[in-house]
Amino acid sequence: MLKVQGLCKSYTTPQGTLAVLRGIDLELATGESLALMGESGSGKSTLLHLLAGLDRADAGRIEVDGRVLDDLGEGQLAAWRRSGIGLVFQQFNLIASLRVADNLAFQARLAGRHDPHWQAELVERLGLAALLGRYPEQLSVGQQQRVALGRALAVRPPLLLADEPTGSLDERSADQVLTLLLELLAGSSTSLLMVTHSASLAARLQRCRCLQGGRLLEAAG
Amino acid sequence: MDRVRSCNGRRPMAYGGERHSASAFLALLAGLLLLAACEAETPPAVGFAGLGGSAAGFARVAPGRALGFPADHGAHPDYRIEWWYLTANLEDAQGRAWGVQWTLFRNALQPGSHETDWRNQNLWMGHAALTGADGHRYAETFARGGIGQAGVMAEPLQAWIDDWQLASHGPANGGLGELELNARGAGFGYRLRLTSARPPVLHGRKGFSQKSAQGQASYYYSQPFFQAEGSLLLDGQRHAVTGQAWLDHEWSSQPLAPDQQGWDWFSLHLQTGEKLMLFQLRQAGGAHYRAGTWIAADGQAQSLSEADIEMVPVHFSRVAGRRLPTAWRLRIPAKAFSIDTTPLQEQAWMATRFPYWEGPIRFSGSHQGVGYLEMTGY
Amino acid sequence: MMRRLYWTLSALLSHWRRHPLQLFSVLAGLWLATSLWAGVQALNSQARDSYARASQLLGGAERYSLVARDGGRIAQQHFIELRRAGWPVSPLLQGRLRLQGQREQRLQLIGIEPLTLPAGSALAGQTRERRDLAAFLGRPGRSWIAADTLAELGLPAGAQPLSASGQRLPPLAVWPQLAPGVLLVDIGVAQRLLDARGQLSRLLLPAAFARAAPPLPAELATQLVLQRGDQGANLAQLTDSFHLNLSALGLLAFVVGLFIVHAAIGLALEQRRVLLRNLRSCGVSLRGLLVALVVELGVLALLGAVAGLLSGYAVAAWLLPDVAASLRSLYGAEVAGRLSLAPQWWLGGLLVCLFGALCAGAGSLLRAARLPLLALAQPEAWQQAQARWLRRQGWLAALLGGVALLALWFGDSLAAGFVLLAALLLGAALALPVGLSRVLEAWLPHCRTPLAQWFVADSRQQLPSLALALMALLLALAANIGVGSMTAGFRQTFSGWLDQRLAAELYLNPVDTSQATAIEAWLTKQPQVRALLPSWRVELQLQGWPAQLNGIRTQAYYRAHWPLLSASAGAWERLARQQGLMLSEQLARRLDLHLGERLRLPTPSGTWELEVLGIYADYGNPRGHLLVDAAGLQRHWPGLAPRSFSLRLPAAEVPALIQALQARFALDDSRVIDQAALKAWSNRVFERTFAATAALNSLTLGVAAVALLISLLTLGQTRLSQLAPLWALGVDRRRLAWLSLGQTLLLAVLTLLLALPLGLLLAWCLVAVINVQAFGWRLPLQVFPGQLLQLLGLALLATLLAAAWPLWQLGRSTPAALLRSFADER
Repeated sequence: MLKVQGLCKSYTTPQGTLAVLRGIDLELATGESLALMGESGSGKSTLLHLLAGLDRADAGRIEVDGRVLDDLGEGQLAAWRRSGIGLVFQQFNLIASLRVADNLAFQARLAGRHDPHWQAELVERLGLAALLGRYPEQLSVGQQQRVALGRALAVRPPLLLADEPTGSLDERSADQVLTLLLELLAGSSTSLLMVTHSASLAARLQRCRCLQGGRLLEAAG
Repeated sequence: MDRVRSCNGRRPMAYGGERHSASAFLALLAGLLLLAACEAETPPAVGFAGLGGSAAGFARVAPGRALGFPADHGAHPDYRIEWWYLTANLEDAQGRAWGVQWTLFRNALQPGSHETDWRNQNLWMGHAALTGADGHRYAETFARGGIGQAGVMAEPLQAWIDDWQLASHGPANGGLGELELNARGAGFGYRLRLTSARPPVLHGRKGFSQKSAQGQASYYYSQPFFQAEGSLLLDGQRHAVTGQAWLDHEWSSQPLAPDQQGWDWFSLHLQTGEKLMLFQLRQAGGAHYRAGTWIAADGQAQSLSEADIEMVPVHFSRVAGRRLPTAWRLRIPAKAFSIDTTPLQEQAWMATRFPYWEGPIRFSGSHQGVGYLEMTGY
Repeated sequence: MMRRLYWTLSALLSHWRRHPLQLFSVLAGLWLATSLWAGVQALNSQARDSYARASQLLGGAERYSLVARDGGRIAQQHFIELRRAGWPVSPLLQGRLRLQGQREQRLQLIGIEPLTLPAGSALAGQTRERRDLAAFLGRPGRSWIAADTLAELGLPAGAQPLSASGQRLPPLAVWPQLAPGVLLVDIGVAQRLLDARGQLSRLLLPAAFARAAPPLPAELATQLVLQRGDQGANLAQLTDSFHLNLSALGLLAFVVGLFIVHAAIGLALEQRRVLLRNLRSCGVSLRGLLVALVVELGVLALLGAVAGLLSGYAVAAWLLPDVAASLRSLYGAEVAGRLSLAPQWWLGGLLVCLFGALCAGAGSLLRAARLPLLALAQPEAWQQAQARWLRRQGWLAALLGGVALLALWFGDSLAAGFVLLAALLLGAALALPVGLSRVLEAWLPHCRTPLAQWFVADSRQQLPSLALALMALLLALAANIGVGSMTAGFRQTFSGWLDQRLAAELYLNPVDTSQATAIEAWLTKQPQVRALLPSWRVELQLQGWPAQLNGIRTQAYYRAHWPLLSASAGAWERLARQQGLMLSEQLARRLDLHLGERLRLPTPSGTWELEVLGIYADYGNPRGHLLVDAAGLQRHWPGLAPRSFSLRLPAAEVPALIQALQARFALDDSRVIDQAALKAWSNRVFERTFAATAALNSLTLGVAAVALLISLLTLGQTRLSQLAPLWALGVDRRRLAWLSLGQTLLLAVLTLLLALPLGLLLAWCLVAVINVQAFGWRLPLQVFPGQLLQLLGLALLATLLAAAWPLWQLGRSTPAALLRSFADER
C-alpha cells in the first residue's frame, strides 16, 4: 500500500547543505509492520515526517494506496494527515488543555470519523477507563503514550507512523506498550512503520530496515 | 361664503408653487381651526379645513343683523373666521383670457382679540394666484395679527398682508368706488385698479347666508360689479389687461355643518350685465345643500333656493392626483337659464396649506359669459 | 469545514480555560482600550450633537439674518416695514434668562415667530402635532425645552417657573430635538420675559432670498446689515481644538490598552506553539488554523469591546458635567448634561475595538502563519527572535525620532503637532527596552557576588516579557508629567496675568444704549469713583474667524494694566492717535500678523487699515480680540454706545455702589460684577477646563499599572521554573520573592527615570507647539519639582501594587510546585 521511490531530502545549515536522505526506496504491504532503525541523525525522523506529509521531499515519490503525496496541496495534505495516517511521537504531543477523553477523540472528530463504540473498545484495551477525566499533565509517561496511541488509532488509519513511541519509557513499559500496539493492530488492515533504536523491539515487527548514510539497507536483524 | 378654501384634512398636503413663508408652521392653521374651538382629541367630522368645528365663545351668526358700510368692510374679531376674496376675469390686448385671485383670511384663536401687539390672537393668511391658458401660478403667506404685518381697516377699506394690498382710494360708493389691488409671488405679480358705482349686494336674507339645514350660516355680501384694469407680470413679461372683478366678504364662527365635506362655488358675469352666485355644500350622506343669488343688471338681488338650482358635473379632470369635476351644467329653470362651463385652465390647483381648485371659467348655452369656479374638499 | 472549525476552536479555547489569567489580560486590555477611547468619543459626539442641534435650530451655517449695525437690538417696526416691502423676514429675540431658584443654570431664551420662520430651520422641519403649534401661539403659550435640559432643571413638564425678574413663563413642554440649554418661546413671550417690548435681536431670512442679495430699502440700509451664519455654526470650529485634545488623550489610552492586548496575545501564542503544531499534525490545515485564530480573536475583541463600551459610557457620564461646564464657560457652548448616544456610537466603538484587536493580534497571527510544522519548540529560538525584534525596535525608534524632528522643524499645524507628539512618545516607548537592556548589560561586569550577577542578568532576561508593560508605564507617566507641567504652568501664568489684567474693582454691562448713557451720567457724579473707563465693542469676522473689536479711551490706565507680549515703540501713544491697533496673541498667530504689519478691518464705512502696534496675551478666549482707540471706532461705526464700563474705586466702597447701581438701574447680578467674583469665575472656568484632562490622565496611569500587573502575573507562571534552580541551590523562597520584587522595582525605577526627561520634553511640546497650534498662545515652560516627585511616587506605588500579588504568590508557592517546574522543563 506504501511505495517510496528515490526519495531525497537535504537541509541547509550554517555549515552548508546537509543531505539527509539520498534516494530511499521502500515498500510496505497492507497490514505489514516495519521497523526503521539507524543512528541518531541518520534521517529516520525525516523520512517519517515526509511520509506523514509534514514536510516535502526534494526528489522522489511517495505513493500511498495509489495517491501520490507529492501531488497533494496544503489542504489535501492536511486531510491526509487527518484521516490517512495515525501519528505517534516520542513526546506524545497531547493537547495539554484537553482532558484525556477529548484528546482520544480529537483527531477522529476532526476527520468526522468519531465512533463511540470503537473509542470505548480502545479505552478498555488501553486501560484508560479510570483516566478519562484527567489532563495529560496528571498522567504518567506510560499512560500518556497510551493516550497518544489511542488518539492515533481512533481514526482507524490505513497507516500508523510511530517515531520512537517508547523512547521515553523504561524497558518494561516499552515492551508493554508495544505489545498493546501489536495486539490492537493484529487482525486490522493498518500497516505500521515504526522508528526505533531498540533492536529487541524491532525484532518483534515483521520486517526491519536500517538507515545509514542516507540510504536504506536491509537490516542485519 | 362658500369661499372657504378647501381641502380636506384626510389628504396629504401637496407642496409646490411658491411660498413666502415657512412650510411647517402652516400646519398650524388647520390646527388652530381644530383647536381653537374644540378640545376633542380627534373630531370625527369637522368639514373642510375644520370649518365645521364648534364656535364656543365666538359670536353667533343670526338673522336680522343689519350690515352697515363702510364699517362692515372691516374685520370682525368676535367671529372666528373671515375672508376678503377677490376674483377677476381679465383680457389682454391680444384677446387672451386671464384670471386673478387675491384672498385674505383671518382666523381667531380666541374671540374678541383686539390687542395691538404679539398677544393678538388673530392669524392671517394670504393667497394670490394668476391663471392663464398656459399655466397657473400661486403664492401663500402668513402673518400674526396685532403687529401691523397684516390686517383690515374699514374706513377707508384697506386690507393687507406683507406687500399685498387691497386699498380704497376714497370714500366714494362706501369705499368701494375705487380700489387698488396688488400682490406678487415668485415669477408673477399683478396690479389692478377696480372701480364700481353700485352698492354691495347682500346674499341670503339681507346678508344672512345659510349654509346648512342645521342652521350653519355666515354674513356674506359681494361687490360683483367691479370694472378692472391694470397690468399682470409673468416671468418678467408685462401684460396690460381689462375686465370684470368680483369681491366677496364673509365672516362666521361655524360656517359648515360637521358632516359637510366641501363645496362647489360659482360666480358668473353674464354678458347681459346680470350676475349669478351659486354654491352647493356636499354632505357626507350625498344630499347637497344648494343656494345662490341672481343679481339683475341694476343690482337687484334675488335669492335662489335648493329647489331652483340644478348643478351637474359633466367632465372630470385629473388634478394633483385627484379627480375633479372641472366642467359643469348649471340650470335655473325659473330663469330659463341653462349653461355649460369650461375652465380656462384645468390645472388651476392651489397646492397651499389647504389645497383646493380655483380658476376662471367660460360658459355658453342660454347665456354667455365668464366667471370663477372654486371647488374644495376633493 | 464547520465541524473542523468547531473542534479546532474548542482545542484553542481550552487553552484559556487552563490559563484564565491570560484570558483576563486580553480582555482587560481590550476593555481598557475601548473604555477610555469610547468614553472620550462619547463626550465628543455628545458635544457635537449639541452643537448640531443648536446650529440646525435656526438654519445652520446657511443661516442668514439682518442685524443692527451698531450691534444692538432692532426696532420691531423695522420688521413690519421690511415685510410690507416684500422681504420675507422673520423676527428673533435672544437673551439669557435665569429662573428663580436656579443658581447655576442660565438658559438661552429664544423668541421666534413660527408663521414667518424661514423654511429649512429645524423648527420648520417639524410637521409635528398641529395642536402643539396652536398651543404655542395661543394662551398661555408654551416654553419648548429639550428633555435633557428639563431634567437638569429638575422641573416637570407643564411647570410654569418664574424668571429671576419675577415673570411667569408659559408652561414648559418637551421638544426632543431642541438644543440643550435653550428655551424656545413665542416672540411676544420673549419680549415680555426679557423686558424688551418692541425689540428684536435679528431678522432671519430664507437662504435663497438672501443669496440673491437684494438691496435693503434706503432708510434701513444705514441701520441693518446682512450677516451669514452665526454662533451655532462657529461653535464646532471654536471648540475643535478642545475636542482634538480630548481625542488625543483617548487615543493614547487606546494605544496603551492595545499594547496590553498585543502582549497578552503574543504570550498566548508562545504558550500554544506546541498546541498549534499538534493541531497541524492532526490534520488541521493552515488556513483552517488561521480562520480559527481570527474567530477566536474576534470573539475576545467582541467581549472586550462590549465591556469597554459599557464602562466607556460610565466614564463619559462621569466626566460630562465638567466637560459641559468647560465648554459653556469657555465657548458659551451648551452641551446637554445627560448622556444620550446614537446607535452609531455603539457600532462605531465595536468596530474600532475589533479593528484595534486585529491590529494588536496581527503580529501573532503572522507568526502563527509562519510557524514551521517541524521547528523544534525551543525557548532559545524565541529569545533569538526577541533579540532580533529588539534591534528592529531600536531602528524603528530612531526612525520615529527622525519623524519627530521633521514634524518639529517643518510642521505648522495642529495635526503636525500631534504627529510630533505621537512620534516622540512611540519612539521613546520603542527605545525603552533597548535602552534598559544596554543599561543592564553595562552594569553586569560591575556585579561582584554571584547573586548580584544573577539579579542583573535575570532582570535583563525578563525584559522582553515586561517590555510592553514598561512601555505603557513610560507613556502614562510621561503623559502625566507633560500634561501636569503644562497645566500647572498655565495656571501660574494665567493667574498672574489675571491679577494684572483685572485691575478695576467693578465691571458693568448696561442693558442697552439709553441705559449706558444714563449710567455713565450717574457714575460721573459719584465721588468715590476714581476712574470710569467705558469700552465700545463691535463683533466682526476676520478671515472667517470671529473676533471682538474693542474701543478704549483712557490709555494711561491700560498702559499700567494691560500687559503686552511685544510692542512697537510708543505703542500706547500711537494707539491713542489712531495710528494702529493691538491684538491678542492667538489672533495674531491665526492671521499671521507681526508688529509693524497692517491689518484691514471691514467697517460699515469702508475698510479701516491700521498698523499692528502691540500683541497681548488673552488666555482662554477662543475668539479673536483687538484694541483700537474709541474715537476711531466710533467714527467708523457711528452711533455705537459703550457696551461695558470698568470702574476704579476704593475696594471698601464696592458693595455699596453695587447696591446703589442695582437699585437705580435694575441691573441683575450678571451685569454688575466685582473683581473678586470675576476672578473666581475665571479660575473656576480654568479648573473645569482641565478637570476632564486631569481625570483622563490619571486613568491612563491606572491603565499602565494594570498592564504591569498583568505582565507580572503572566510572567509569574514562567518565573517559577527560572527561580527553581536558585531555590535548589539554597536561596529560600522568601528571599527569592524579595529579589523578584527588587528586579521589578529596578526595571520600573529605570523606566520612571527615563520618563522624567520624556515628560518634560512632552510638556515643552505641549506649551510650545500644541498650545500654539490649538489655542494660539505660547506659555513659558515651567518645571514643578514637587509635582514631579508626587507623580513619581504615585507611579512607584502603582508599580508596587502591581508587583505585590504575583510575588506574594511566589513567596507562598510550595516546594512541590518548584519541584514540578523541573519535571515540566523539557
